Amino acid sequence: MSQVIKIKKGLNINLLGEAEKIIKKADQAEYYAVKPTDFKGIRPKLVVKVGDKVKAGSPLFFDKLQPEILFVSPVSGEITAINRGERRVIQEVIIHSDEKIDYHEFKVSDPKTLTRDEIILILLESGMWPLLRQRPYSVIANPKDTPKSIFISAFDTAPLAPDMDFVVSDDTAMFQKGIDVLSKLTTGTIHLNLNADYPVAEAYNQAKGVLKNYFTGPHPTGNVGVQINKIDPINKGDIIWYTYPQEVIAIGRLFEKGIYDVTKTVAITGSEIIHPKYLKIINGASIKSLLKENVKSGNNRFISGNVLTGTKISNEGFISFYDNQITVIPEGKYFEFFGWALPGIQKYSASRTFLSWLMPGKKYTLDTNLHGGHRAFVMTNEYDKVFPMDIYPVHLIKAILAEDIELMEKLGIYEVDEEDFALCEFVCTSKIDVQSIIRKGLDLTRVEMS
Amino acid sequence: MKSLRGYLDKIKPKFEKGGKFEKFHSTFEAFESFMFVPDTVTTKGTHIRDANDMKRTMTVVVLALVPALLFGMWNVGYQHFLSIGQESSLWQTFFTGFISVLPIIVVSYVVGLGIEFAFAQYRGHEVNEGFLVTGMLIPLVLPVDVPLWMVALATAFAVIIGKEVFGGTGMNIFNPALTARAFLFFAYPSYMSGNEVWTHGMMKGEGIIDSFTGATPLAEAAAGNINNLPSVSDMFFGFMPGSIGETSTLAILIGAAILLFTGVGSARIMISTVVGGLVMGLILNIFAVNPYMEVPAYQHLMLGGFAFGAVFMATDPVSAAQTANGKIIYGFLIGFLAILIRVLNPAYPEGMMLAILLMNVFAPLIDHYVIESNISKRLKRVKVQVKVQE
Repeated sequence: MSQVIKIKKGLNINLLGEAEKIIKKADQAEYYAVKPTDFKGIRPKLVVKVGDKVKAGSPLFFDKLQPEILFVSPVSGEITAINRGERRVIQEVIIHSDEKIDYHEFKVSDPKTLTRDEIILILLESGMWPLLRQRPYSVIANPKDTPKSIFISAFDTAPLAPDMDFVVSDDTAMFQKGIDVLSKLTTGTIHLNLNADYPVAEAYNQAKGVLKNYFTGPHPTGNVGVQINKIDPINKGDIIWYTYPQEVIAIGRLFEKGIYDVTKTVAITGSEIIHPKYLKIINGASIKSLLKENVKSGNNRFISGNVLTGTKISNEGFISFYDNQITVIPEGKYFEFFGWALPGIQKYSASRTFLSWLMPGKKYTLDTNLHGGHRAFVMTNEYDKVFPMDIYPVHLIKAILAEDIELMEKLGIYEVDEEDFALCEFVCTSKIDVQSIIRKGLDLTRVEMS
Repeated sequence: MKSLRGYLDKIKPKFEKGGKFEKFHSTFEAFESFMFVPDTVTTKGTHIRDANDMKRTMTVVVLALVPALLFGMWNVGYQHFLSIGQESSLWQTFFTGFISVLPIIVVSYVVGLGIEFAFAQYRGHEVNEGFLVTGMLIPLVLPVDVPLWMVALATAFAVIIGKEVFGGTGMNIFNPALTARAFLFFAYPSYMSGNEVWTHGMMKGEGIIDSFTGATPLAEAAAGNINNLPSVSDMFFGFMPGSIGETSTLAILIGAAILLFTGVGSARIMISTVVGGLVMGLILNIFAVNPYMEVPAYQHLMLGGFAFGAVFMATDPVSAAQTANGKIIYGFLIGFLAILIRVLNPAYPEGMMLAILLMNVFAPLIDHYVIESNISKRLKRVKVQVKVQE
């Protein structure tokens, strides 16, 4: 076993509603959607209209800025709606699924015999390309680039996150095939980052052609940004691609079977779920059918993803493209009489300002209340405690607020993503929206550099 | 509770835009959020938030100040009865102190909060909680017999010139409470540096026994009367004249423990300040040419405003250095300079105040260099890589 990288800074938030280790195959949902909003920085251009019939793997829209990148339907069926939001931005392309999925057939081939260009072409045509993303900026990889390395984070440390060793356990062959595909894309190393604290899945153990790195530590240790920062930090001009285990398996399946099959296992979690468990679904499924009769009554928030970085969706919404988890927690729309002055035995805080420190290890039901009002920066070194990179978070944030791109570069904007700052946002006493500030900084630098 | 909530909901529209009392929106909001944590929910970013907010944080600091405050009240009474040569019960002592200190606290809060509310309304902001702490710090660093109009003037100066002109809480350069103290020190030097102002009733001079001078230990030391310094245990427990909250090192240490345990105060600053003070104290001991320089270094930590400053003033997150390494340098220099000024410049016995204000000015510079070193480390990484490739 190679060296274990220990990360000290961070925070594990203990929430109620962890998924039990049972995988059930979910009934096929009636509706599926592809949401252009899941993909940062693209300008979607539709190629279908309402009423069109599509196969699984047929393109729905492409990116106007990089027209070779296609976004395809996960199932076969009929386009029933194209929902738009403010300024007619496309929010969802909704497909009414056939009972039996009809797949668009792609070429079946052995990745070992193909050239890099042929592989890229297959990935682009099949709509699998968006599964590969890049740092800096956390956007879909540019097919014209060659990354200095590819990172796969094979464990997730976010609150209630699915156990990535558990979900891939029986997909050893497909995982290896996916790795073979990826190995053609970079001249550098493929880093497979594993959790040192638990026995890892066979699929990872037997993987060849990768460099296995072991990590231990609290969240955000599982974030690929933190892992890159510790192993192969990004300097100006560097490009690293990254992806996740279930995505690698989907790519492997494409080359094995020649179909766009984005079946994945997701964790249904959160304090408001009656039986938290794992479900095998096709990506983009409506959560309505996944959660039926499994949600407690009351005013709940439905989140695609985890409580720190996920997207708010309605109870009839759709799971987002990159998410492996659905979380349901109570909404916090209530007034609390002298809430800031109470002893707070039930309140969760990373600090010890509430008496809940008397009960370490307790699991909490947390709601969406902001617990206070927005303020200017006052407290210092709060973010540092949960931010394990050698970067000064507050100074970077202030550089972004001042839109000083040169300073952002110097302070390390290329190495970070919104998700790396999620814990900073969580602990912030001044309730500052840190993640959206970081996104703004990433967008600003990306526009400036292109 | 419910009826109160109902009443607030009923009158709320009057304070919204276009309502009858639109001009008092910030005031209403402040009182409403004081009584009820608002029902705001997260809209973007993380869906859950830490229960800790600015109100809670500030409450913890005020709580940490309580031991120093209670002891200060008792000590005011104790010094008073000492000065008139009378015996008194514990309650009598405390009560005498209580009624002398309370008006100062009330004036500080009323004036300060009044100005804060007015500025918040003018700017259309929510009222910031920072003054909850400042309003308590100001009385604790003042002598007990300071006239109330001076307290009002100093508080107004601190809030307006020390804080609001820079943009309010979070933007200020100087520690507001020390700004108030410095204002009085330089505007009314005869008051603030005399011996009488530290003991309740001594300004009037009625019934004071001859042997009682009321001089603070630092004033005695500066005058060369080293033999008049209190015993080490008196220094530690705080049985000596001085600013209301500053005398008892023990009470301050309890406050420090609360701040450190809850994670609100910076251990880096506190420790490095103490280390800085000790280092300077030892240097002075080594090169001692007069009795004041011979005062053992550890005793300096218990005299004057050193302990109070290190725990409650230097750690003010807004005016202190913000980077972890910067805080160590910042704290060390505060302690170092405080003792230097105190001992070598008898005109300013209260070196701590000046040292902290001085370092407040330099804090951004210290941070600048810490950040620069981080930047150059990042740039070096690129160069190393280029070399490897060559």
